[in-house]
Amino acid sequence: MTPTLQLFLIVSAALFSIGLLAALSRRHAIFILIGIEMMLAAANLNFIAFWRFAPAPHPPTGVMIAIFSIAISAAEAAVGLAMVITVYRHFRTTNVDQYDQLKG
Amino acid sequence: MNPGIVSNLWLLPSVPFAAAILTLSLGKSRRKSAVVLAIGGQIIVLAISIAALIPTLQTHGFQAVQNFTWFTFGEQTLRLGFVLDPLAAAMLVMISLVALCIFVFSVGYMAADKNFTRFFAYLSFFSGAMLGVVIANSLLLLFMFWELVGLASYLLIGFWIERPSAAAAAKKAFITTRIGDMGFFLGMLWLYNRSGTLLFYDGGRGCLESAGLALLGASATFIALLIFCGAVGKSGQFPLHVWLPDAMEGPTPVSALIHAATMVAAGVFLVARVYPLFSLGAINGVTSSLTVVVWIGVTTALMAALIAIAQADIKRILAYSTVSQLGLMMVSLGVGGVAAGIMHLLAHGFFKALLFLGSGSVIHGCHGEQDIRKMGGLRRLMPVTFATYAIGMMALSGVPLFFSGGWTKEEILHATRHWPPSSAPYYLMLAGVVLTALYMSRQMIYVFFGNRRDAAEHAHESPRVMTMPLIVLATGTVFLSVVLTTAWPWLHGYLKDEPVQFDIAHLIQPMLFTSLLLVGAGIALGIWFYREAGVQNRDRPAEVDPLEYAQPALFRFLANKMWIDELYARTIIAFAWASARLSDWMDRYFWDGLVRGFGTIGQLFGMFTGNLDERGINAGVDETTVGARGLGRLLSSAHSGQIQIYLGVVAVGMLALLLLYAWLA
Repeated sequence: MTPTLQLFLIVSAALFSIGLLAALSRRHAIFILIGIEMMLAAANLNFIAFWRFAPAPHPPTGVMIAIFSIAISAAEAAVGLAMVITVYRHFRTTNVDQYDQLKG
Repeated sequence: MNPGIVSNLWLLPSVPFAAAILTLSLGKSRRKSAVVLAIGGQIIVLAISIAALIPTLQTHGFQAVQNFTWFTFGEQTLRLGFVLDPLAAAMLVMISLVALCIFVFSVGYMAADKNFTRFFAYLSFFSGAMLGVVIANSLLLLFMFWELVGLASYLLIGFWIERPSAAAAAKKAFITTRIGDMGFFLGMLWLYNRSGTLLFYDGGRGCLESAGLALLGASATFIALLIFCGAVGKSGQFPLHVWLPDAMEGPTPVSALIHAATMVAAGVFLVARVYPLFSLGAINGVTSSLTVVVWIGVTTALMAALIAIAQADIKRILAYSTVSQLGLMMVSLGVGGVAAGIMHLLAHGFFKALLFLGSGSVIHGCHGEQDIRKMGGLRRLMPVTFATYAIGMMALSGVPLFFSGGWTKEEILHATRHWPPSSAPYYLMLAGVVLTALYMSRQMIYVFFGNRRDAAEHAHESPRVMTMPLIVLATGTVFLSVVLTTAWPWLHGYLKDEPVQFDIAHLIQPMLFTSLLLVGAGIALGIWFYREAGVQNRDRPAEVDPLEYAQPALFRFLANKMWIDELYARTIIAFAWASARLSDWMDRYFWDGLVRGFGTIGQLFGMFTGNLDERGINAGVDETTVGARGLGRLLSSAHSGQIQIYLGVVAVGMLALLLLYAWLA
C-alpha cells in the first residue's frame, strides 16, 4: 500500500475530528487544551502532506510553516496552561462547566 | 516746609494698631506685656506728635501735605494723604497726652478685670484710629478712621458684654452715630461728584482750596449740612445726643478717653477741618449752614446743661456736661470763632478727661457705686482725687484766670456776642454758663462734702497709678491757661496764624467780669441750694434732691432726660417697629400668598403634565422597553457562559460553511 495524499488527509481529518470532539466534550480544562493541540497537529500534518505531494521542484515552504506553527502552538500551550492555573485559582475547579460568569 | 515729619505721619495710626494686634495675638494671660505694648506705643506716638508740633511752631502758617495714590480705576485715581497744620498738631499733642494719662490710669482701674489685655488692645486701636482722623488729608481717609473710631467706641462701650445694659448701650451708640454717618457719607459723595477730589489740600486743587470750592457753587450749603450730620452724630448734638449718656456703661477710662476727651470732639474737629465748606460765600461771616450749626449747638448746650442738673449718676452728669460743652464748641464754630472753639476743645479734652478719671477714682474708692446721693464727705478720704476734681470742676464751670476752661469760654462768649443775625445765642450761652456752674457745684457737694452716706463709709484713696494721671491732667489744665489768657493769647495766635504780643492791659476785659459774675452766681446758687443735700431737712427726706422737693414736676422732666428717649421710642422706633411689622405681614401674607399662588399654578400644570406623561407617553415607552427586554432575554439565553457550547457553535458553523461551499462548487 503506497502512501497517497488521500491517506494522509484522511488521517489528518480523523485527528482533527478527535481533537474537536475532545475539545467539545471533555469537561476538564486541560483535556480541552490537549484537544486543541490535536487539531493543530492535524493542520500541521496537512501542511506537510500537501508540501510532500506537490509537483517538483518544492521549496521547503510547508515544512517552514509547520515548524512555525509548532513553535506558536508551544507558546499557546504555555499561555493556555498558565490561564488554566489562574482560572483554577479563581474558581477552585478545572471543570469548565462551572466557568459560567459570561452567562448573559 | 519740612517734608520730613509729614512723610512719617503714617506711623501715628500704625504704631497703636500694631500694638493692638500684637496684644490681641499674645493672649489673655500676658497682662504685663499688654501694658508695656499699649503704653510704649502711646509714648512713641506722643514723641511723634511733639516732633510734629515743632515745625508748626517754627514756621508761620505751616502746612505740609503728603498725598499718595490709593488705587487707579480706569481714568480716575483715588488719592489719600496726610496733612500737618497747627490744627492737626495741637489735636495730636492733646490726644496723645490725654490718652497716655488714661492708659496709665487704666492699669490701676482695670487691674481686677479678667479681660485686661483685650481692654488695652481696644484702647490702642482707638488711639490709632483717632490720630488717623486728625491727620487725614482726605475726606475719605478721614471717614475711614472715623468709622474705625466708631467701631472702637462700640467695642469699648460694650466691653462688659455680660451686662445687657452695656450691650444695649453699645448698639445704641453704634446705630445712632450711623444715622449721622449716613449723612456724612452722602455729603462726601456729593462733594466728590462736584469737585472731583476728596483731598483737602492738594497744591491748590483740593476741595478746600479756592479752585475746588469754586466748583461747588450753591451745593456747598447742602454738602456742608450733610457732613454736619456726621458731626452731630459723633459729637452727641441734638437730636442725636441720646447715645452719649448711655455710653457711660463702658469702663470709666473709656468714658474719659472716648466719650469726653477725644472721639466726641471729632465732630467739632470735622467741622473745623472742613470749615471752608461751611463758610463758602459768607456774608458778614454768616451762611445758612453755619446758622444751622449755631442753633443746633445752642439747643444742645442748654438742653444738656438742664438735664445734667437732675441726674444722680456721677458719670451721667459728666456725660451731659460733655454734650453741653460740645454744643458750646459748635456754637463757637458757627459764629465764626473757629480758634475759640478748637481752644475750648483742647482745654475740654484735658479737664473733662481729668473729671472722668476723677469720677473713676471715686467709683473705684466707693466700690463701684455711681449714685452721688449715696456718697458724700469724700473730701477727707480721697484728698488727691478731691483736689484734682476741684480743679477740673472749676475749669469746666469756667472760673476765670487760673483755669483753662475759663479763658476758652470767655473767648467763645466773646465770639458769640457779635454774631450778626441774633443775640439770642449769646444770652442763652450766658444762661448755660450759670447752669454749668450750678450742676458742677451740686455734684461736688453731693460727692465730696456733707455727711458720709452708705457708699462712702469704706471709701479709700486710689493707688498711685491712678492718682498720678489725675495730677498730670490737673497740672495740664492749669498750665494750659497760661497760653490762653487774653493778655498773651498764644494758642489763639497759633491756631489762627497771627502774631501775638504780651499785653497785660488786655487781661482786664468786660467779658472777664461778666464771666466772673456769672460763674460766681452759679456756684453761689449751687452752694446755697444744695447746702443740705443728702441731709434730712424739715419734712424733706435725706435721699430726696432739694430741687426735687422744690419743683417735683420740673425735676421729673429733667431727670427723665426730657423724655427724649421715650419720644424716640414712641415715634421713630415705634414707626420702625410698625413698618417692620407691616413688612413682615406683607411678606408673610401678601408676597408669600402671591408666591404660593404661582406655586399652585405650577403644581396644577405639573399634575396635568404628570398625568399625560404617566398615561400617554410612559405607556408607549413601557411597551417598547418590555419588548426590548424580552428580546434581550431571548438573545441572552444564547450566552450560556459555557465555553464548549460556543466552541461547538463555531464548529457547526464551520461545517455548515464547508457544506455550503461544497454544494455551491
